[in-house]
Amino acid sequence: MSGIILDARRFASSSVRSMLRGSRSYYLWLAFLLAWIALGAVAYVHQLGIGLFATNMVDQVPWGAYIANFTYLVGMAAAAVMLVIPAYVYDDHALHDVVVLGELLAVAVLMMCLMFVMVDIGRPDRIWHFIRFNWPRSMLTWDVIVLNGYLVLNGWITTYLLFTKFRGRKPDRKKYVPFVFIAIVWAISIHTVTAFLYSGMGARPHWNAAILAPRFLAGAFAAGPALMIIALGEIRDRMGFPVSDRAIDRIRQIIAVTMLINLFFFFSEIFTELYSFKEHATSMRYMLFGLKGHTKLVPYIWGAIVLDVFAALVFTTKRFYRNATVLRVACGAAVLGVWVEKGMGLVIPGFVPSTLGEIVDYTPSFTEFCVSAAIWATGALVYTLLLKAAVPIELGLVRMEGAPTLQPDTHAHEHEHAHEHAHEEAVS
Amino acid sequence: MSKSADDTDALMSAAERVEKLTETRLAENGTRRTFLKMAGLGAATATAASVTGCGSTAPTSEEFFRQHYKKLTAEDKERIFKRIEEETFARTGVETHISDPPPIDGVEFAYALNLSVCNGSRRCVEACARENNLPDDPEIRYIRVFELELGSMEFDDGTAYYGEGKVPEPKKFYMPVQCHQCDNPPCVKACPVQATWKEPDGIVVIDYSWCIGCRFCVVACPYFARRFNWSAPTVPPDRINPNQGYLSNRPRFKGVVEKCTFCLHRTRKGRMPACLEACPTGARKFGNLNDPNSDIRKILDTKRVYVLKEELATLPRFYYYFE
Repeated sequence: MSGIILDARRFASSSVRSMLRGSRSYYLWLAFLLAWIALGAVAYVHQLGIGLFATNMVDQVPWGAYIANFTYLVGMAAAAVMLVIPAYVYDDHALHDVVVLGELLAVAVLMMCLMFVMVDIGRPDRIWHFIRFNWPRSMLTWDVIVLNGYLVLNGWITTYLLFTKFRGRKPDRKKYVPFVFIAIVWAISIHTVTAFLYSGMGARPHWNAAILAPRFLAGAFAAGPALMIIALGEIRDRMGFPVSDRAIDRIRQIIAVTMLINLFFFFSEIFTELYSFKEHATSMRYMLFGLKGHTKLVPYIWGAIVLDVFAALVFTTKRFYRNATVLRVACGAAVLGVWVEKGMGLVIPGFVPSTLGEIVDYTPSFTEFCVSAAIWATGALVYTLLLKAAVPIELGLVRMEGAPTLQPDTHAHEHEHAHEHAHEEAVS
Repeated sequence: MSKSADDTDALMSAAERVEKLTETRLAENGTRRTFLKMAGLGAATATAASVTGCGSTAPTSEEFFRQHYKKLTAEDKERIFKRIEEETFARTGVETHISDPPPIDGVEFAYALNLSVCNGSRRCVEACARENNLPDDPEIRYIRVFELELGSMEFDDGTAYYGEGKVPEPKKFYMPVQCHQCDNPPCVKACPVQATWKEPDGIVVIDYSWCIGCRFCVVACPYFARRFNWSAPTVPPDRINPNQGYLSNRPRFKGVVEKCTFCLHRTRKGRMPACLEACPTGARKFGNLNDPNSDIRKILDTKRVYVLKEELATLPRFYYYFE
């Protein structure tokens, strides 16, 4: 037992060493992120001092940029499952190689989610009051449970696989495969529960629709893998991790389908609301065309629709997606488009008009901008550091001293059937 | 709670009943000896706190590690109320008294508002603000009065921001909205930490010391009844109402939610809510649903009443009617 603890300490110190080593541009990148984090920290201290008055939220619009980002990021975290399902359920070899990178992204994104909730809370000093949680009635309690559960699951799976590899051992399937399958269901649950936060509210007609959870998932399963393609490109270029074109194309295929489904759901919702033209269509009208001269949200929503459609077009047209640059631009468009449409585009119209018919426009304050940017920077920092530690282990470049050497030709060793794959490749 | 000649008798008996109830509840929650012992301890802690000077700004460790309201014993409450009183005194120099009148057995409160006579004076809004120690900066008001066009019940077409000029304006009518104390409250369901709940007399309350400020309840409320303290609320010392209820008008702080409580520190002692007393037209009626002679029962029995957003099945205890 003490052996394991000793190895864990070696694992930790070796990981920290990997994180601190890097090129000049790596340090510049870290400095860039840390500068944003410092700015956000100052902004947050300011907010703690004077209260959420530092934001542009009001009683009519009680949630703003923080919860919008949170909502979007929950989807990004869930999206790791789009790599896990093909890899584990359908034994897709190409995705097997990159699935750990997707799970690490989920860990970083979940930390961002929890941070966005923390900065939105009026009394963060009382967060421990969750000991008296209102379960099963409050959807927010459910959300806290599933998000932390998902963080633990992904944290365990990735740590176990990397640690085992670091020690030069073969992972015990019993110790992680069941968790992988639990995590698949769990990933869908985190986004569903987050959607239920909104769709369960009778007071808010804009959200009180059954399509909300499916739309959430479709959008997340488009934007998440799109971010993954961008990240994998960077990892391949900068860290020398061999990401196969097949893996990228498999993810591209996934987005092609999910983005079309996302647009279809969005269109169904717009049609139902606008054609019947009930009172409930008011929020939709505010979002798409503006109400009584209030048009703040309109350009963003149309921008998001254009970005989504552009991305869908690229992902489904061979002439476009074969060009790696165009594909990356389209991924950026999907990430940004869904961010606007699922974040601000979903949260804010729920409050306009207010439950008593008031129209109050909302745009984030400078404080909200700085704090949000800092949380994104923290997420990027966490992911960068995790990759910095994980990639050398995955590549077999970093091993515990005296660890048995594995065959150097495969980095998919920790996954099931790895030997068969290696064998197949050797034969062909 | 009828307004008949034997008004005083009814009030007295209600007040007495409350006193008796409080006494029995105190006795239930611990033997007298522990009560005295704890009271002594509490006093010692309080003195220590005042000597070191802490407790006025940052939350004390006692405040920080405090139990949920429903787990507090009578002694805990005594100690906590005393500390809050001392903090208020240190901050403002005003001597306040915090009580925690329990709900009265067999009483269920309800409210009715006559839209035909409400003239939009907003006296209720101001009386409520004074009674409940609502801050002017940032302005928090529990009651919102809408000026609506005759011929429409749509809030979208009305405004809550009509001027200070003469009311009522021609061709307009006025509709005050405050917490409806729903029997099926969506806000209570939403709260992740049980900081808000429905009392046996129907009043939905918040423990301001337990609320984490997530504002899920604000989002869930269909009546725009909940207010969040976006910054630290300040009430000028000369405007502080010293008669305070722990679950109603005691001091609140930055980062928590608050709302109308039907003035439970008054109504549970047999008095009328402040908004009702201030109404110049008699548009407001309040009382015990279970008392066949109460004003509220007479209205429900004889008038055609309606509730706001009935389709949401929130079952409000706040009725509107025309006459």
